[in-house]
Amino acid sequence: MADLHFGPDKPTVDEQKAVDRVVDATMGPAVVVEDERMVRGGRTRRNERRHLLLPVLHALQKEAGWISPGGLNYASEQLQVPPAEAYGVATFYEMFRVDDPGHTDDVVHVCVDAACQIADADSVIAALEAQGRHVHRSPCLGQCERPVAQFIQGRAKPDRVDADDHVASVAAVPQAGGAGTASGLLLLRRAGVVDPSSLESYISFGGYKALAAAFRRGPTGVVEEVMTSGLMGRGGAAFPTGVKWRAVAEAAGDAKHVVVNADESEPGTFKDRVLIENDPFAVIEAATIAGFATGATKGWIYIRGEYPLATRRLENAIEAARAGGYLGDKIARSSFSFDLEVRRGAGAYICGEETALFNSLEGYRGEPRQKPPFPTTNGLFDSPTAINNPETLVNVLDIVVDGGDAYARIGTEQSSGTKLFCLSGHVAKPGVYEIEFGSTLGRLIELAGGVTGGDLAAIMLGGAAGSFVGPDALDMPLSFEGARAAGASLGSGVVMLFNDTVDFGPVITRLAEFFRNESCGQCVPCRVGTVRQHEVLVRSGGRPTKGQSELLAEIDLAMKDASICGLGHTAATAVRSAIGIGLVTGGPEGEVDR
Amino acid sequence: MTVTETTVQLTVDGRPVEVPKGATVLDACNSAGIDTPTLCYAENLTPVNACRVCVVEQEGSRTLIPSCSREAADGMTIQTDTERVRHSRKMVLEFLGSGVDLSQADDLAPWIDHYGADPDRYGDDRLRVTEPVRIQDDLYIRDYDKCVLCYKCVEACGDDAQHTFAIAVAGRGFGARIRTEFDTELPESACVYCGNCVAVCPTNALQFKTEFDLRQAGEWKPDEQSVTRTVCSYCGVGCNLDLHVQDETIVKVTSPDDHSVTSGHLCIKGRFGWTYVHGR
Repeated sequence: MADLHFGPDKPTVDEQKAVDRVVDATMGPAVVVEDERMVRGGRTRRNERRHLLLPVLHALQKEAGWISPGGLNYASEQLQVPPAEAYGVATFYEMFRVDDPGHTDDVVHVCVDAACQIADADSVIAALEAQGRHVHRSPCLGQCERPVAQFIQGRAKPDRVDADDHVASVAAVPQAGGAGTASGLLLLRRAGVVDPSSLESYISFGGYKALAAAFRRGPTGVVEEVMTSGLMGRGGAAFPTGVKWRAVAEAAGDAKHVVVNADESEPGTFKDRVLIENDPFAVIEAATIAGFATGATKGWIYIRGEYPLATRRLENAIEAARAGGYLGDKIARSSFSFDLEVRRGAGAYICGEETALFNSLEGYRGEPRQKPPFPTTNGLFDSPTAINNPETLVNVLDIVVDGGDAYARIGTEQSSGTKLFCLSGHVAKPGVYEIEFGSTLGRLIELAGGVTGGDLAAIMLGGAAGSFVGPDALDMPLSFEGARAAGASLGSGVVMLFNDTVDFGPVITRLAEFFRNESCGQCVPCRVGTVRQHEVLVRSGGRPTKGQSELLAEIDLAMKDASICGLGHTAATAVRSAIGIGLVTGGPEGEVDR
Repeated sequence: MTVTETTVQLTVDGRPVEVPKGATVLDACNSAGIDTPTLCYAENLTPVNACRVCVVEQEGSRTLIPSCSREAADGMTIQTDTERVRHSRKMVLEFLGSGVDLSQADDLAPWIDHYGADPDRYGDDRLRVTEPVRIQDDLYIRDYDKCVLCYKCVEACGDDAQHTFAIAVAGRGFGARIRTEFDTELPESACVYCGNCVAVCPTNALQFKTEFDLRQAGEWKPDEQSVTRTVCSYCGVGCNLDLHVQDETIVKVTSPDDHSVTSGHLCIKGRFGWTYVHGR
């Protein structure tokens, strides 16, 4: 037992039960009998439990509406985590609070990021507040196709999204139905067709054929096909999946992990939510194949805390897959064993960064780690880890069935396959669209019914970490190389349209605020740089003078060059691109350009 | 001769440098005689790469790299004084100076001059850290207006030295602070008053109460202090103590970072158990 010090605060009975439910369910009663003449505890036992910290904090927040000193003490003691560290973790997340809210009502999280901002989120908030509701201004909630997005954090009852109750998830897939599988959709072909709650339904639409094919090909064969396919990561970084998997497969280490990064938080992105809600078994099957190919027996799905429906469907699908013999020991009568566990995030954009996600999952603050070493050798629990985006993984199903060569013929030479794009903003039919790489931006927008409410002024491409392009970019081929040639990035597939009635000053000011709020605070360039950037925009009303723009460029360069992770590297990209293409015409030169 | 297995060769500012395998880029810079600013780095702590003031340019790397933690590798080409390096170092120092009080960060002052950092250009209305000085006991004070979040105190309190874990980083972004749980006062926290956090603080955000009181009275005179090395008399471990003496009075006690027993860390007795010397 570690020599930890706990304050005098005691948990309520309900808080205690909430913690016990999480800890007991996972690893039995939480030691340590004081009069036992045997040492049970120590570093190993602590480390075994630490990863339960995030689920335990969720349980406390749900039970009491906040993380109370007594609750935190009890959780810390059960998990043998120093209370100061547990407090540091609790204060890291948007969904947790460490002060007594003084009420037992639901809290309505209302999105204030771009797509919802231009849909007048402020009015929605004012209306809710007028009704006496408790409102929390939230960063992007990943429901950009149905602004103004809301998410309700319940007290002692499940979190929910009201829109889920009256709008079918498949409504976010305008291409679904009708043409059915003849539509040429690969990733979305089962959306709206398959019953997302039924393993039998999934199997009847070709489910688990890929796993059988993977078993036939063998682990090396699977990795080879993924290499041949040219598949690149769809989370934003576009790293070759085969290279990643090969590195994990070849890395030394007994315990390897697969992590599905479903912490989709890039403003404007909702594809993974829609994919999981409509076809959860596909993600599970693909993660299983990833485990088989890399030699991992344990998989984790880290999903956004604000995605209750996707989480339920995933958990249900995992249960069903387990019951059907597709997860657990000796899967599908093979000698391969693999199981998956779902972990909820708690509101932190940074946790989508892979190493921050590992820290978060392990029960530490979601601060990114320095790379190298890379996750392929030193990932989750310092073990070799294949971490992939859900969309990336679902591509693997076809690759394993049809072979990497066949897949590589789809799309362009350098960007193989199809891509999910998240259309939102001033567009006729917002939603997730699947198109072959190489199709133009204009064609995609046409597919979504074009711009609404005015002429097209700009498109935010790739999310808040991406950039704005003007109407002159409509001919841009949507491929990794096509975007790069245009000085943009596809990022996570965000295509957010803005018509010419939009005042971009507030839009870029909010973008800057987003990064300021989401910076983890670990490294100086990002912690302070994002604040100074936001201040310049607030002072200038989002219309920086030439001198102020130069200062923004200086801040940007330092953040790009010296920050630890991608958040800092891209925190000024969208803002500067908006200035660069003239969306915000500069204010008058001030005496001091700061 | 197996020199190739135990050393690596790299180039720093055009000069060939050979360092032992496992050495960092910072070690390589040092052995090339190149002075590098550091803040969150300390020889007796695990590097956390947080402050980014030691960044250098590595050929082939998209971003700059932190020299304090990056292992030197064969064939690396490192530049320490390019436009990009100077810019990032200057900006990091400016950013720090714009948000917190660096007036007692003596090691940083020359670098702020060197890189021409001007924290004031971010305006008078810029956000700064404003925290009351926490005086909760007779041994030390915490003045987080001076805190640069270098994590050193957290590491010294945690598994780099003391294993007490009384403090951690809480909050996020610019609002991140070093805290006990719920900001519990130090005497009620897990703190065991070893003072190792104070000893590693680079900006005087953490100060021994003796120093704080003298500074408040305008009587802190480091130039007039003598340092006497002795061995702690309390137990048999044999920790070296450096007694800092001003006006015939001990004003603080440290231990040499390179001492084989302490690595600069002490316990409450060695650090604070000296008042009997003065008959108090």
